[in-house]
This record gives sequence, C-alpha cells and structure tokens, in this order.
Amino acid sequence: MPLALLSPSLVFLVLFTYWPVVEVLWDATHEVSRRGTRFVGLANFSALFADPTFQRALLNNALYAVGTVVPSLVLALAFALALNGAGRVRALMRAVFFLPVMIPLVAAAALFLFLFLPGIGLIDHHLARLGFAGANWLGDPDLALAAITVLTVWKNAGYYMLFILAGLQAIPDEAKEAALLDGAGPWQRLRYVTLPALRPTFAFVGVIALLNAVTQVDHVFVLTKGGPSDATKLLLFYIYEQAAERYDAGRAAAATVVTLGLLAALTALSLTRSQGPEAAR
Amino acid sequence: MSASPVSGPVTREVTPHIARWVVIGLALIWAVPFWWMLVAAFRPAGSGADASLLPSLTPTLANFAEAWASADFPLYFLNSAVICAGILAVQLVTASLAGYVFARLEFRGRGILFALFLLQLMLVPVVLLVPNLKTIAALGLYDTLPGVMAPYCATAFGTFLMRQSFREVPRELEDAAMIDGAGWWARIRLIYLPLTKPALVAFSIVSVTSHWNEFLWPLMVINSPDRRPLTLGLASFTLSAEGMQAWGLIAAGTFLVSLPLLAAFLIFQRRFVNSFLASGIK
Repeated sequence: MPLALLSPSLVFLVLFTYWPVVEVLWDATHEVSRRGTRFVGLANFSALFADPTFQRALLNNALYAVGTVVPSLVLALAFALALNGAGRVRALMRAVFFLPVMIPLVAAAALFLFLFLPGIGLIDHHLARLGFAGANWLGDPDLALAAITVLTVWKNAGYYMLFILAGLQAIPDEAKEAALLDGAGPWQRLRYVTLPALRPTFAFVGVIALLNAVTQVDHVFVLTKGGPSDATKLLLFYIYEQAAERYDAGRAAAATVVTLGLLAALTALSLTRSQGPEAAR
Repeated sequence: MSASPVSGPVTREVTPHIARWVVIGLALIWAVPFWWMLVAAFRPAGSGADASLLPSLTPTLANFAEAWASADFPLYFLNSAVICAGILAVQLVTASLAGYVFARLEFRGRGILFALFLLQLMLVPVVLLVPNLKTIAALGLYDTLPGVMAPYCATAFGTFLMRQSFREVPRELEDAAMIDGAGWWARIRLIYLPLTKPALVAFSIVSVTSHWNEFLWPLMVINSPDRRPLTLGLASFTLSAEGMQAWGLIAAGTFLVSLPLLAAFLIFQRRFVNSFLASGIK
C-alpha cells in the first residue's frame, strides 16, 4: 500500500534523479568511441583537471560564489534590518528589492545588456556625465566576471532578505526587551542579540546562495557565452559546452561528478552548521 | 531613549539614520533597471535617447507592437503556460500521495525512503543535464513540451511541504471517515486536501514561478522554434534585436515576458512572500 502510493513519485525520481547519478558515474569512468565502450578508470578526471578551461571554470565559479554570496548576504541583512516592521514606505521598498526575484534570469540579463553597453549604455552614459571614464564591462576579461556578479547580487539579494526578515520576526521580544532594560544601544543589540539569533538563518541562506552560484548560469548565455577568453566560464556552462557543443560525454560526465561532489559537500556543511548552534546550547 | 521600553523601540530593529539613508539609496539603485525598462519600452524608436532615464513626452506602444509581431510571443506564452500547468498538475498528485504516505503510514524503510526523496533537493535537474537529456531522448520526448516537464513531475519540496501540512490535520477526522467506509483516495480528497489549501497554494506559487522563469533545461530539450517557452523566446529575440541596437524593442520584449509574474506578485504580494518563505522550511 505505501509503495503503491509512492510509486508515481518513485518512477520519476528513479528516471530523473537516481538513474542519472549512476549513469553519470558510469560515463565518467568510460570512454565511448566507434570501437565501443571501455572502462578507463579516472582517465577522464585527469584529462578534465589538466584542461586549462576547466581549471579556469573552477576558479571562476569559486570567485563568483564568494563574490555573489558575501555581498548579497550583507545587503540582504541591511535591507531586512532597515525594512522590518510596518509602514507603507518600508513595504514599498521591500517590494522594490524583491521584484528582481520575480523576473527570469534571462530577462534580467536582457536589461543588463544595455546597462553594461560600452560608451552609450546606461552605466557609461551616466558615468560620462559625471566626468568618469566608462569601460567595456562585458568585453574586458578583467571586468566581465565582476559584471555578471553584480547582476546576480541585484537579482538575488531580495530573496535572501525575505528569509532574514522571517528570522528577525522569530526573535522573541523578551530577548530584545531584556537587552533594552540592560541599557544596550542599537549596535550592542545588533551585535549581541540579533546577529547570534540569526545564525541558523544565515547558515540556511548561505547554502541556498552557494547552490545558486553553481546552478544559475542563464545570464551567461545572454551576456557573455563564457567569454571573453573564458573569463565568465562557470562550471555548469562548461558542462553544457562539453556536452552540447563538443559532444565529449566522458569529459562532461566527469565535470558533472565534480560538481555533484561540491554540491554534496556544501549541503553536508550546511546540515552540520545549521544544527551547530542548537546542539551547542 | 525614554518612554516605556516595552512597546515602541523593541518592535523596531536597529536602524541608525545613516543606515536607513543608505538603504533608501540602494532601493533607488535597485529600481533603475526596471525603471529603464519601462521608460525605454515606451520611448519612440530612433530618438537617440536610449540611456536617458527621463520618460518620453510622446510615449508610444510601437515597441510592444513590433516585439509582439517580430517574435512569436503569443505562442511562447502558450508554451510556458502549458509547461507550468502540466508540471503543476502532475506534481500536485505525486506530492499529495507521497506526502500522505510519509505523514500517516507506518512501514519499514520509511526513514530511508524519505531521505532518498529529499536527495532531490540537491540533485536538481540542471546539474544532471546530460544524463537527463539522454533519458528524455530514449523516451522519445526530445524536442517536446512533455520532455521539458518530465524531470519535475516528482518533487521533494512538494512532498515535504505536504507531509508537514498533513501532519497538522487531526487524525480523528480520518478515523471517522474510515469508519464511514471511505477509501484512501476519498480520505485524501475529502479531508486532507481541503484542510491544507494554504500549503497547496504556496507550493503552486513556488512551482509556477520557478518553471515560468526556467531557461537552461528547456534550452537543452527544445529545438523547434515553435516549441520554445518564453525564456528561450526572449533570449533569441534579445540576441537578434541586440544586433539591430533596438534597445526599446528589447525593453518591450523583456517587459512582456516579465509582466505576468510581476503583476501577480504586485497583486498577491503577501501570498507570494509567504509561499517563498514556505520554500525555505527545509
């Protein structure tokens, strides 16, 4: 009986979650050619790690993860602290920060295409009016990843704000009252009451943000296609390229296994971290 | 700092004035891309003021008309709607059944099975792009809308959400129905589902939002232009309009694609916010 009711879900989970993992492990350790399939052990992985483009993708993704997670969490905290509570202006501003979450990432990329346009784009045009020189934001290998990062922070910070707002509301009033009665100023209350209470929220939001840094690459397709000179090549885009453009199944599978390993490690880290504070008390 | 410490100040968080002004400034910056989209979409083409943030004195709908005519947006809308509705319809069934099992039935291996379900939260289909594409091809679903939908038909998040909500339903209600001879499907349909409507709505909002906005997986599955969802349509439209430097057109196209969810969000803000929060209860 239980299995009968679970079977509709299980059919899809087996087809699109469990089996693909087995398949990707198989593909990563085999070589498929016209002569047939043969086991090659870790050869695909050593070739993968020897590929400068993959090394670049790993480094890019690490930089991109740090560059998106830290600023968006700091901003989300600032937004949440300033906009917690009632009032029309606050509600309006919360909506402003949340709107980017509601549009597709490719739509955000379409808007930023003009923002980043060299010379006549929104940013350069206004920089010029203020007397600053512009730049080829998406065309310069030194700037392109940063430009993509800015777009991501704009897109996601409002989403993380939501969870922090919920976390703020879950802090018991007694804790805040006690701190007030003890004469704690605003900064002291932030430091000793609010931030410690938000730690589990931060652990959770941090993991979502890290997962997003690996799984969201839609904007790369519209803005840079991984260029210039691999500057914005992220892991998932690399996998896409290997599979869809170079037809290298073994390489793509090996890169997928590495990505899955990273995601698993991040998730495990989040589980230990988010349970940490409670367990310590 | 006077008055009673209990009412006023405690409900507020720390908002020193400087911080508040910084956040107001950031809100203005955050609004710029949207503002530019609106202004540029309604500006007559060829006015040479693409980067201006001031609205045109002679607003026009020409960009919308041209965008609507130059890409097959009505068809893309339809494809996206079919994809979202199809995924949601199947998900509501699979998630309710599985949620009921994990909420109410005792059997050996339940813990392990539940953990296996939750694994899907991490193993998102876009990461398993390549093997999933092979499966889709083997099933004969390549370049079809069902091919876009299939990987999402089972949902760990939905199962988890329904399990949590079903647990809140008093068991006595189900027992009474059982005595009256109601089978499992009747019990789920007549007792559990009506009492967990908020969870069903929350799940539906999150599901539709994420699939409406999805790009990479449909990009892999869909080949024919007439089966593209909105996101794919917008991306190819943007890339061709970029070549023409037709920024008003791009703004109008982006506006068209973003409008349904933006409008729904602005009307049902509270519901959306609560739904997204529910998506964080993992």
